[in-house]
Amino acid sequence: MSIARKSVVWGLFAAGGTLSAFLFPAVIALFLLVALGRVPPGLEFANLQAFAGHWVGKSALFLVIFLSLWHAAHRLRVVFHDFGVRRDKAVANAVYLVAAIGTVMTAFYLYRI
Amino acid sequence: MSRQPYVRPMPKASWYLGNARYRRYMFREVTCLLVGVYCALLIWALAALSSGSPERWGAFLAAQQNTAMVVFHALALVYYLVYMTFDWFKLAPKAMPVQFGEQKLPGSVIVVGHYVAWIVVTLFVLWLAGVLQT
Repeated sequence: MSIARKSVVWGLFAAGGTLSAFLFPAVIALFLLVALGRVPPGLEFANLQAFAGHWVGKSALFLVIFLSLWHAAHRLRVVFHDFGVRRDKAVANAVYLVAAIGTVMTAFYLYRI
Repeated sequence: MSRQPYVRPMPKASWYLGNARYRRYMFREVTCLLVGVYCALLIWALAALSSGSPERWGAFLAAQQNTAMVVFHALALVYYLVYMTFDWFKLAPKAMPVQFGEQKLPGSVIVVGHYVAWIVVTLFVLWLAGVLQT
């Protein structure tokens, strides 16, 4: 991989890792609350629509999901190597493709709100 | 190359098992699966939300509410904190050392700064979701 491309991949990985390290414990805690049947008022339909409908909420959600997806994809690529899968090119294409599909879906759903 | 360099034989798929540091590294790296799972859950939530119907959002919430999900989220939360969040903070001063002229900011300051910022961010997200308003 060329140095220029490597720095982009690494930059997305680091940014996504930092974001998901900081934010996902709270996200998991919210899913836990929902699973327990204690849905917080901010996650009720009207409130969440208002949040995701505003451009600030939209951009925040998009950035968090987009960067976290790329972080996970890049790390998963290395994990495949570490577990003995040596077909890096195929693995890289697959994980980045899934991340790209997830990113497009995120953008589409946010656009629709 | 005419010479044959010596390559230490190493099992491809189980090289990390004999060393505590390598095992910890692997425990940390597989957290990417949890990040992926929660991204997928968030996208699923956005799909339900963007349908514009409160019923579909209610159906999404109902689909999350079962014992298996409670157990999964509880285990995921502990695992994620230990191996993703706290490990990321621990490595931060090595990945992003901060230097003022000749002086290097001590790593402990950077780590503590991360923990403080993390508490603020977590409280903010929970406040945003309305957890802290009763």
